[in-house]
Amino acid sequence: METGITKSKVILEIKNLNKSFGSNTVLKNFNLTLHEGENIAVLGKSGSGKSVLIKCIIGLLMPEKGEIWAFGDKNIPSLGLEELDIIRSKIGFLFQSNALYDSMTVRQNILFPLRRHWIEMDKDHEDLLVHETLQNVGLAHTAEMMPSELSGGMRKRIALARTLVLKPKIMLYDEPTTGLDPITSREISRLIVELQEKYKTSSIIISHDLNCVRITSDKVVMLIDGTCYALDTFDQLKQTKDPRIREFFEE
Amino acid sequence: MIQLPNRWGEIVEETGKLSQFAGNFFVQLFRPRFEGKEFLRQCYTIGYLSLGLVGLTGFIMGLVLTLQVRPIMLQYGVEAKIPAMVSLSIFREIGPVITALIFSGKIGSSIGAELGSMKVTEQIDAMEVSGTNPYKFLVVTRVLACTLMLPVLVLLADLIGLYGSFIGINIHGSTSFALFFKQVFEAMSFGDVLPAFFKTFVFGYAVGIIGCFKGFNSTKGTEGVGKSANSAVVLSALAVFIIDLIAVQVTDLFNFT
Repeated sequence: METGITKSKVILEIKNLNKSFGSNTVLKNFNLTLHEGENIAVLGKSGSGKSVLIKCIIGLLMPEKGEIWAFGDKNIPSLGLEELDIIRSKIGFLFQSNALYDSMTVRQNILFPLRRHWIEMDKDHEDLLVHETLQNVGLAHTAEMMPSELSGGMRKRIALARTLVLKPKIMLYDEPTTGLDPITSREISRLIVELQEKYKTSSIIISHDLNCVRITSDKVVMLIDGTCYALDTFDQLKQTKDPRIREFFEE
Repeated sequence: MIQLPNRWGEIVEETGKLSQFAGNFFVQLFRPRFEGKEFLRQCYTIGYLSLGLVGLTGFIMGLVLTLQVRPIMLQYGVEAKIPAMVSLSIFREIGPVITALIFSGKIGSSIGAELGSMKVTEQIDAMEVSGTNPYKFLVVTRVLACTLMLPVLVLLADLIGLYGSFIGINIHGSTSFALFFKQVFEAMSFGDVLPAFFKTFVFGYAVGIIGCFKGFNSTKGTEGVGKSANSAVVLSALAVFIIDLIAVQVTDLFNFT
């Protein structure tokens, strides 16, 4: 479907993706192409397979059939663990529950992905990087705090900072504004856009929050019956007469 | 009766999964990279922070055992044999088993709840995404710390138990510290201490692996975390008794005593 957006290099391509849990088929021949610098939101009902989709992309779930080509030459489901880890360092994943490590300080949380990916640096560089990363999310003063001392919105920002510390090329957001009040939701959505521009990432955003989808995405995928039912801009989809799409946009 | 085959099927399936999980420990243990820092942190949490509880339990164990057996020993006129009897009981059986049970209550439940909570809040997934092998980082370090720390705790509990026994004897009578320990060491041989000491490594491994298995397989929600912690304690306590039974049979078979 033509959206009027200038097409650049394909950074992620999903072809005929199928995923089932027992007899429940969640994704059926799902196709999607993400271009460099593009931000696509995925809208769908609860249990429609939105989170399953991005967990397949990052390799946390294995699809039964289909291909996920990242950066042009790597089919994620067929990669070994070592290659998968290299790809994962280029793909950020913001978890719905933030998934901050409770037993570690904010600083340790931020540095965890670096150490895991064998990126060695001296303490001064670490301090600088932690400060810069936290400053980007507006929480430079929280480095020595524990996640339990932070509010929901702050935890989301720290989780975002941890994800961005490896400077990923692709960002996957799993319901980034769930559980937040409308004001904080808007702040997080704007922060996502700001960081998309700053880090020059391409993103897939899973969300129920129409405001978040409107602010953060260039295009929206309607995930219905496990397939890519429609792909268009937010405004175009909002004006559609298709009742299956309309129900998402009704007040 | 109709549900019985299903229940047995579940038990067999769970046992199979647990065996696979437990076997994977030995595969992952020798693969690089070794998570030394996390292992030391776990040794501190599992070992050092359990010293107080284990020490107190050991002291009460020795004291109560002495006070309980004293009247019977008096009745048979062998009061002088109390140190020998208590020390053999503590070193061969009561010390390792009671300490392992206390350990399974404290550490088994804590590991089950911690990993269960990490599972439901997607922290384990986050580790995997960050390029970390969660089994190696979370399970290998905890199980190894349990395996190495429990024998140390048991040894400590045994020694404090002997001191408790010494206090118990001196409540009603009077025995010097030197005489008490002379009687203790005269009664014991390596054959009494070593098999009992070796089985504590297996106890520690079992408590660690069961706690991690239950936590790793926790179902969604807070109820799932509670169930993981609870079943980790129940199953590891049961495992302690079963291992003890096997260890006693093996000891007898090879005539270690």
